[in-house]
Amino acid sequence: MSLQQEELEYLSKKIGRKPNETETHIVAAEWSEHCSYKSSKKHLKMLPTSGPRVIHEKGFDSGVLDVGDGYVVTVHIESHNHPSAVEPYGGAATGVGGVIRDILSAGTRPIAILDGLRFGDIEKDPHARWLFKNAVTGIADYGNCLGIPTVGGEVEFDKCYTNYALVDVASIGFGKKERLIKNNAKTGDIVVLLGGSTGRDGIGGSQFASDSLETEDRSAVQIPDPFIEKLIIEATLEARNEGCLKAIKDLGGGGLSCAISETADTLGVGIELDVNRVHTREPNMNPTEIMTSESQERMLVITDKEKLPRIETICKKFRVNCSVIGRVTDDKLMKVTSNSSVLASMPAEIVANAPLLDRPAKEPQYLAALQKKAEPKPPQDLSKTIMKLIASPNIASKIWVYGQYDHEVGIRTIVKPGSDAAVLRLDNGKCLAAKIDGNPKHCYLDPKHGAMGCFEEACRNVVCTGAAPIGMVDHLQFGNPEDPEIFWTFLESLRGITEFSKFFNIPCVGGKVSLYNETPQGPIKPTPLIGVLGLIDKKPLKPQKIEQGDVLLVVGKTKDELGGSEYYEYIHDFIGGKPPQVHLSESKKNMDAVLPLIQGEKIKAAHDCSKGGLAVAICELAMTSQIGCAVSLDGAPQENLSADKILFSESHSRYLLVVNKSNLDSVMDSLKKTQVDFGLIGKFVGSQILLSNKNEPVAKLRVDKAHDKWFNSLRELVLHG
Amino acid sequence: MKVGVIVFPGSNCDRDMFHVLKDVFNLDTTYYWHEDKLPKDLDAVVLPGGFSYGDRLRAGVIAAHSPVISDVKRMADRGMPVLGVCNGFQILVEAQLLPGVLLRNTSLSFMCKWTELIVENNKTPFTNQFKLKQRIPIPIANGEGRYYVDKATLNQLKKHNQIVFRYGENINDSVYDIAGICNKEGNVVGMMPHPERAVEADINPQDCKPSNLIFNSLIATVGAKK
Repeated sequence: MSLQQEELEYLSKKIGRKPNETETHIVAAEWSEHCSYKSSKKHLKMLPTSGPRVIHEKGFDSGVLDVGDGYVVTVHIESHNHPSAVEPYGGAATGVGGVIRDILSAGTRPIAILDGLRFGDIEKDPHARWLFKNAVTGIADYGNCLGIPTVGGEVEFDKCYTNYALVDVASIGFGKKERLIKNNAKTGDIVVLLGGSTGRDGIGGSQFASDSLETEDRSAVQIPDPFIEKLIIEATLEARNEGCLKAIKDLGGGGLSCAISETADTLGVGIELDVNRVHTREPNMNPTEIMTSESQERMLVITDKEKLPRIETICKKFRVNCSVIGRVTDDKLMKVTSNSSVLASMPAEIVANAPLLDRPAKEPQYLAALQKKAEPKPPQDLSKTIMKLIASPNIASKIWVYGQYDHEVGIRTIVKPGSDAAVLRLDNGKCLAAKIDGNPKHCYLDPKHGAMGCFEEACRNVVCTGAAPIGMVDHLQFGNPEDPEIFWTFLESLRGITEFSKFFNIPCVGGKVSLYNETPQGPIKPTPLIGVLGLIDKKPLKPQKIEQGDVLLVVGKTKDELGGSEYYEYIHDFIGGKPPQVHLSESKKNMDAVLPLIQGEKIKAAHDCSKGGLAVAICELAMTSQIGCAVSLDGAPQENLSADKILFSESHSRYLLVVNKSNLDSVMDSLKKTQVDFGLIGKFVGSQILLSNKNEPVAKLRVDKAHDKWFNSLRELVLHG
Repeated sequence: MKVGVIVFPGSNCDRDMFHVLKDVFNLDTTYYWHEDKLPKDLDAVVLPGGFSYGDRLRAGVIAAHSPVISDVKRMADRGMPVLGVCNGFQILVEAQLLPGVLLRNTSLSFMCKWTELIVENNKTPFTNQFKLKQRIPIPIANGEGRYYVDKATLNQLKKHNQIVFRYGENINDSVYDIAGICNKEGNVVGMMPHPERAVEADINPQDCKPSNLIFNSLIATVGAKK
C-alpha cells in the first residue's frame, strides 16, 4: 500500500528531492489506480464527450446535460466493490453517499439513485446471500434517509463474483443552469472543510481498492452516516442559493490528499492547509491519517472573507461542523502544515497527475475455445424450462429489492421500478428516463460486442418509455490490469462503447474505472456497466394494463446467438457459444422505427427483449398484466432456428410492442415503411401463455402460476434459502 | 388560509408536502424550521414525513422534543387542524398528541408500496369530504409503520371514533389494520401513508381523486370557519 519504486523515483525527479514520509503517503493515495486512473486514462480519451447538450466546466465531478428552459440534469456513477465485499452494509451505503456528493458539488440537488448489484450464486452460496441482503439494506437505509428515491437498477448473480460484490451506484441531479457552481478561486480565498469529522475509518481506502482483495482490511471501509449527509445537502444548497460557494469538491477516495491536490491543480492555484484545523473524530490522529482518511460526508469548499460568515451561519443552523483549514495561494503548491512547521510541500500538478502507464494487452486464449464449444441439446419440456427460467434469481421479479427502497419520495417518479426504465418528471414539464445495464456473461465471451450490447440495452429500455437517449455514463469493472489478457478485455469493451457512442451521437458525460476486481477464485468476468439518460418532451409511455384482444408485435431479428444467455448458463450450466452482436445500422433502424410509434401514442406497452430472450419478455408482459397470450414463434423474424433458440436467444435490437387492435393497421404501415424486420406474433387472450412454432405447440404455462413463481422466488430465496 | 409545514433536521418530504399545498391547492404555505415560533394566525399545520434526525433512537422521538412542538401543542389545544404524515405521525405519537406507538415493521425491512385505505371517520378536518368506507389508493414508505395499542386503548379508540383510516389489506400487522388515527377532539390526525404522493395524476398509477379529498377537506374546514 505505497508507491512503486519507479513511481518514487519519478516523484523524486519531479520535485528535485526525496519526498518525506507524509508526502509519500499523500502521493500514494492520489496515485493509486482508484484515484489516478493511471492504467486507463490514456485510453479513455477515445470516448466522445461533447454534444449539443453537454456543459463542460472545470472541476465538475459529474456530467452536466442541458435539458432546456434554463435547467440542467447532472449524472454520475461510481462503485464501491472492495468495501462492499468486506462489509456489505457500510460499503454499499457509503457508495450511495459518495456519488450523491458528486451531484451536489455541481450545485444540483440529487433527485434519483439507480444501483447495479452483483454477487455470487445465491442459490447455493449462503455468503453471497448475506452480501446481497446487507448491501440492499445498506442502500435502502442510506437512500431512504436522504429522501432521494432509488428508482431503478439491476441485480445479477454469477459464480464469477463468489466471495465478492459489485455495488454500482448512479445518481441523477437536477437544477437551474445559472446555479451551477463555476469552480474558481483566487489568492487569499479561504478553504473550508464542512460536514462529518475526520476519523480513522477508510484510511488507505483507495489503495485498498487498487489491490486484489486478499486481506480483509476492515479499517479501510468507511462508516456511513446518512443523517449528516442529508444536513450537508441542505446546507450546501442553501449556501449555493446565497452565492457563497466559489468552488466545491466532495471528499472521496484519497480523502483530503486527493481533494486538495486535484482542486488546486484544476483551478491553477496553490492551497495551503493546516492539519490541526481539521475537525477530527478522535484525538491524536497523525497528519498522514488526517490527510488520507476517507471518512464520509465531507465537502471541501472555497469561499472568500465576505461570504465566510454566511457559510458559518448556515452550518450552525444545520449543526454541520465547518472548519477553516487553509487558504488559496499563488504558488501552485499543495502545502500541508502543522502549526508553523511544513509537513509537505509539492506542486499540486505533480501530485494530481500520476505518471500514466501503457499496459500491454493480449487477446485471452480462452475466447476462441469457448466460442467453439459444442452447444447443448434442447430440453424435452420447454414449458418446464421457461418456468424454471422465470423463477431464476437473475430473471425473477426484483420486488424484494426495490420494495425496500423509497422510490416515490421527491414526487417525481412517473414510471416506477419494475418497468424497463424509470421515468422522472422535471420542473420544465419534460421527463427524464434512466436505466443502467450490464451483462458480464455476454462480455466474457465477447467484450467488445458485450459492452456495446449493454449500451444498446440501456438505450432500448429508455426508448421503451418514449425517450430519446441524450447522454451516457459508463463504469468499467475488470480484474487486475497488469494481466495483459484482462487489459485486452478492458480495451475491447472501451472500443465497443466508443463505437456505439459515436454512431448514435450519445456523448459519454461521465464514468469511472474500477480495476483489480479479483476474487479468491480469480478475476471477475469483464463487467462494464452503461447508464443511459433519455429525454421525453411530451408524455412518457406509462405502464398500462394489457387487455383481451391486444396484439403483440416483435421488431428485430432473432439470431443464432445463444452464447452467454441465461438459458445456456442457468438451464444448461454451459458457458460458451456465440454471444449476441450489435449491428449498428440495424440497431439504429429499429430504434428509429420504434421511438416515433411510442411517442405518437400508438403503442400500449413496449418492452425490451433481453435476458431470457423472447420467452421471458413475452411472459413478463403477460404476467405483469395477469393475462394469457397466444404466440406463434414462426411469426418472428429469425434465421430458421429451432424453437428453443427462438425462445431463448438474446439477440439485440429487439422490441416487443403491444398494440390495441384499432391501432394495428397504422402501426404495421409505419413499420413497413421503415423496412425493419418485424412480425405480428400473437394476441393476448385467456389465462394461459401458449407458445407454438410451425403450428405445433411448444409450451403452455398458466399465467397465475407463472406470476406466482416469478414474483415470489427471489424473496423466498433470500428469506428462506 | 395559512398553512405551515414544519421542517426538522433531516425531514425529507417537507418539499413534497409544500409543493402540494402551495402549487396543487394554491394555499398560502410557509416552511417553519424546528426552532421557529409559529405565528398566531396560522390556520393549520402539517408535520411532513421523512426521517427527522435520521430516525436515530426511534423514529420521531428526537423531533418530538424540538422547540416548535410546544407551539404545535398549543395549536392542537385550540382545536386547529394538525396533520402528521408518516414521520410526522410518529412525532405526534412521541409528543403524546396521539395515542399508541409505531413499531418496526414485522418484515424488519423498509416497505415502499401502493395500497388502499378505507375511511373510517369522516368527521375530521382532513376527511370530512369523504363518504364513510370510501377507498383511497395511496403509497406507504416506512420502516417503523406498525401501529400498536393495547386492547383497552383500542376499545377507547373505537368508542371515541378515533380510528380515521384502516388499510384495505393486512399490510404490516398493524393493530386492527390501523393506518391513521385522531385525538378525541378529532382535530389532530396522524397517518402513515403519504397523501402528498398521491394527489397528482401523473405520478399516481391509479386514481388521484380520493387522495385530493384529504386536502379539500382541510380547505372546506378552514374556509367554513373564516
